[in-house]
Amino acid sequence: MRFILSYMKKLGPFIALTVLIKFTATFLELLIPYVLEFIIDEIAPRKSLPLVLAWGLVMVLLALVVRFFNRKANQRAVKSARECIYSLRQDLFEKTISLSSSEVDRITLPSLISRLTSDSYNLQSFMQSSQTIGVRAPILLLGGFIVTFSMDKGLATILMILAPLMILLVTMISRKGIPLYSLVQSRLDNVVRVMRENISGIRVVKALGKEEKEKERFQKENLKMEKSEVKAGTIMAIPTSLVKLLMNTGLVFIVIIGAYRVNVGTMKPGVILAFLSYFQMILMGVLTLNRFFLMMSKANASADRIRHTMEAPDTLKKVEEKEGEAAEKGYLVFDHVSFAYGEGGEVLKDISFSLKRGETLGIIGGTGSGKSTVVNLMMRFYDPTEGRIYLDGKDIRSYDLPLLRSHYGVVFQNDFIFHDTILSNIRIGRDIPVDRVRKAAGDALASSFIERYEDGYEHMAAIHGASFSGGQKQRILISRALSGDSPVIILDDSSSALDYRTDSKVRGNILSSHSDSAVVLVAQRVSSIMNSDQIIYLKDGSIQGHGKHSELMENCREYREIYETQMGEGLQ
Amino acid sequence: MKLGRMIQSKPKNTKGTLKRLIVELKPFYALLLLVTILSFSSCFLSLLGPYFCGEAINEVERGFGMVRMENVSKWAFLMLFSYLVSEVVLMAVNILMVFISKKMAFILRNKCFEKLHRLPVSVFDTAMSGDILSRISYDVDVVSTSIQTDISQILSSVITVLGSFFMMLKISLPLSAVTMVTIPLTVVYTIWIKGITRPLYSIRSAKYGEMNGFVEEMFSGEKTIQAYGYEEKVSREFGEVNKAASDAYFNADSRGVTIGPVMGMINNLSLALNGTLGSVLYMVGRATLGQVSSFILYSRKFAGPINEVANIMNEIFSALSAAERIFSFLDQKEEAPDKEGALSITEGKGKVNVENVSFSYDGKREILHDVSLSLEKGKIIAIVGPTGAGKTTIINLLMRFYDPQKGMILYDDRDEMDYGRRDLRSQYAMVLQDTWLFCGTVEENIAYGVEKATREEVIEAAKKARIHNFIMTLPKGYDTVVSEDGGNISKGQKQLLTIARAFLSSSPVLILDEATSNVDTSTEREVQRAMNDLLSGRTAIVIAHRLSTIENADEILVVDEGEIKERGTHSHLMEKKGVYWKLYQSQFQ
Repeated sequence: MRFILSYMKKLGPFIALTVLIKFTATFLELLIPYVLEFIIDEIAPRKSLPLVLAWGLVMVLLALVVRFFNRKANQRAVKSARECIYSLRQDLFEKTISLSSSEVDRITLPSLISRLTSDSYNLQSFMQSSQTIGVRAPILLLGGFIVTFSMDKGLATILMILAPLMILLVTMISRKGIPLYSLVQSRLDNVVRVMRENISGIRVVKALGKEEKEKERFQKENLKMEKSEVKAGTIMAIPTSLVKLLMNTGLVFIVIIGAYRVNVGTMKPGVILAFLSYFQMILMGVLTLNRFFLMMSKANASADRIRHTMEAPDTLKKVEEKEGEAAEKGYLVFDHVSFAYGEGGEVLKDISFSLKRGETLGIIGGTGSGKSTVVNLMMRFYDPTEGRIYLDGKDIRSYDLPLLRSHYGVVFQNDFIFHDTILSNIRIGRDIPVDRVRKAAGDALASSFIERYEDGYEHMAAIHGASFSGGQKQRILISRALSGDSPVIILDDSSSALDYRTDSKVRGNILSSHSDSAVVLVAQRVSSIMNSDQIIYLKDGSIQGHGKHSELMENCREYREIYETQMGEGLQ
Repeated sequence: MKLGRMIQSKPKNTKGTLKRLIVELKPFYALLLLVTILSFSSCFLSLLGPYFCGEAINEVERGFGMVRMENVSKWAFLMLFSYLVSEVVLMAVNILMVFISKKMAFILRNKCFEKLHRLPVSVFDTAMSGDILSRISYDVDVVSTSIQTDISQILSSVITVLGSFFMMLKISLPLSAVTMVTIPLTVVYTIWIKGITRPLYSIRSAKYGEMNGFVEEMFSGEKTIQAYGYEEKVSREFGEVNKAASDAYFNADSRGVTIGPVMGMINNLSLALNGTLGSVLYMVGRATLGQVSSFILYSRKFAGPINEVANIMNEIFSALSAAERIFSFLDQKEEAPDKEGALSITEGKGKVNVENVSFSYDGKREILHDVSLSLEKGKIIAIVGPTGAGKTTIINLLMRFYDPQKGMILYDDRDEMDYGRRDLRSQYAMVLQDTWLFCGTVEENIAYGVEKATREEVIEAAKKARIHNFIMTLPKGYDTVVSEDGGNISKGQKQLLTIARAFLSSSPVLILDEATSNVDTSTEREVQRAMNDLLSGRTAIVIAHRLSTIENADEILVVDEGEIKERGTHSHLMEKKGVYWKLYQSQFQ
């Protein structure tokens, strides 16, 4: 709540005036039935037509003025909500996009996305309605009480008993009903899951003739969902009916008690009429207030999530370099590096290597052996739990992050193609002249298919690069990594969709065009890395073999086995 | 797609969709009739309320000392009774509608699901799965919510409006004149304002959709963005998207929030006019106080549904367009039915002949051109070639996921078209590149396709597939539940599970789409050996990515650009020094 207010504070005076206008509007609205009662009880008996008309006119005027103020206030509320949410979203986006990877892992991507979208919409509608119905509903309630009290204490007591009772009942039932909706949601997830399984596995299902069995499986989940939906719907159908029931019962009592008091002369008949109107108002107040509270609890949860992101710590602090620590051995050096993600076990253990410019390092190993983690560490997405990493003689933690990362041209495993032109996808924000982009695309063997498009490099990539084949995607990504002429080029499993011939040609081009760069190749295929100057065979986060291909063939049994399976056993 | 469905579009064929929806509701006709009767009685009772109230107030009007309390009590009791019963009946109606609408949703979802299996596989190859899923979850929900609320709403609105109008006329003709001002005002205003706001809200949805898309894209590529120092530029771009979304919100909502105050004003005006006119009539003795009060209550009742009409119409339109999307899915062209008198296969021999087959997915670009091959019992044919050469298409045709445009495929010397699809497909066991596991136990996943397999047979198959030892390390062994994407198992192990599935199957022909690019090195060897074991003694078609594994094939077909460029045994092709030889050499460069 405080978080929401901190954003609304910037517009403090503006919002204060909005609230004041809304307050006035609601107050004036409360007067209308009062005037009606006044006309019937005081004016009508005087039998003066001009007076009745005059007071009637007052009511009409009130109606017009109320509309004017309400409209003004509502529009101002929208305007301020727009301003607040715009700047909040901007802050949140900038924070999120530079969040450290360990924080991204912790919060998770879908959650980060929903914080910026649906959570921000929740806040927006709450900010807006807190200035409108948030003001109106309590005043309708409170004002309704005050006015009715001033008219007749006895009758008002009925309201005093009913209103809290209604609020209590409504909130109690809603509390019970709302969790049921999350149950419905999870049941829906199951239904969608079976559906998705059947879509992705349609060939298997059909090939094995399992249509009937799948139908049964689906029906089971579907039925469960229906049951929970009926339950939630039934419970949520109760509150509104109940409130109306109570309200109408109250109405009956008003008439009976009112009649009694008129009979004994302590009340005028018109009061009953006014009460009937106020009753409606208070009913509205109760229902709106309930809606407002629901909205508020939703907004609060959203605000908490957003605040969490905003307050996420910067885990990658710059460290001043101590004198004399520089390792001079190579350009990129890992010095006894170990690493664990969060609280998990170690995924890298005591990794050391040193790479000069112009050298190639091949890293090979099974899934989960820690290959990609090595890449993550050298780019400082995470800091090692032990050991040091040096680039160009300096601890990488002593660089400004952007400067450090500008040393690398990288393709990650399953890297990302943006919904933008091919040119922008290769440049990705850097000012790279077109001829260098072309050269890089040429080296990556991408230019042939790019130039086949009518609009060439201006061709738009579909979302997530869906319009490209796997091999085309990888070649664009490699172009991206090459185009910056970076001192370090990292290709993490980025040629798996290329056939052997293309793969080896691209590698040849990289070596000849970037003879002064340190190249790191991560791969599953021996053929992709076997010509590297150094090869590291990783298993369970440790180096099992390190050396040239010929050395590993001799010293590292597992490496040799992989080679044999992949290349055919009879070929040595 | 996401964008498209957020915009509440008008349905293209309102009448047709509505008719169809009414037909779909057939199982509920009896219940709906009950709902109608109940709604009518509930509304009727609630309309009596103000009348009784008015009678009670008429009694009060007699003033000090003159009120006959027993009369007041009588009217008040009737009032209480009518309100009470009406509310309880209404609640019953609402709950009935919950039941009907959710059951309807259940039926619709089932229909969509069953449709799935009757569609040709090509539908799923054209990236429609997201769309289908959104129909199942989102569109069905929109339709059922609308059925739940709108039907009873419409019923009660109609009765309430007509009933209150009738009562108002009955109470006082002159007072009813007030409605001649307020109704047209409401209707004209509603039509006018909806004309303005509806497009504004469509723009808002579209802009929100764009922002969601942008955020999703950028956050997914966050590492890349950070690696290339792209953050600031992206933030600036987001600024524009954000501004567009915020502006669209402002434009739509600052218009939208004026509706409430105007409706409120019309209600207040009607109160003022009724009150004034009522007082005048009261003064001249043409109306009693009770009449004025019940009139005011009726006019409020009357105004309620009229204010709501616009909202309900909106909801109905979006429900109809959702229903239209569901129906258009249900109406999609299905797989052509099996030939009449289709043959069944009791004991297949596994002889396959492909004769001069050409095929194109879209009718424009030919994927296969004049391909022929023949597979005898106990032989192995290997197909090699670069990605996109058409290898997988051959499999699609063999299994009749698609039918060729030219040429013919024979199974056991008969046209494949002559068999029932299910029988034909049972002749093939597949190990595909995209391993598919469903959310179920390991055992269920292996025995998928062979229902009667015993635990022993499953274990036997797993042992042959070299996955038994791994399964035993899982927390519950063969009863461990595999998650949908097989999160707890590596790609290679998944592959081994599908190989076990194939070991269990007794189909005469084996289809192996060898996918080694995704299998990690630690399980690669296992997968390779398991596949070799699987092949021994079987009739098989192997799609190979790695040439070393198929040296022993009886025939190797080299496919490129949809044509068979070379064919022969390994040694024959190596001698020839053609395409195959080049492919082979490139492995070692």
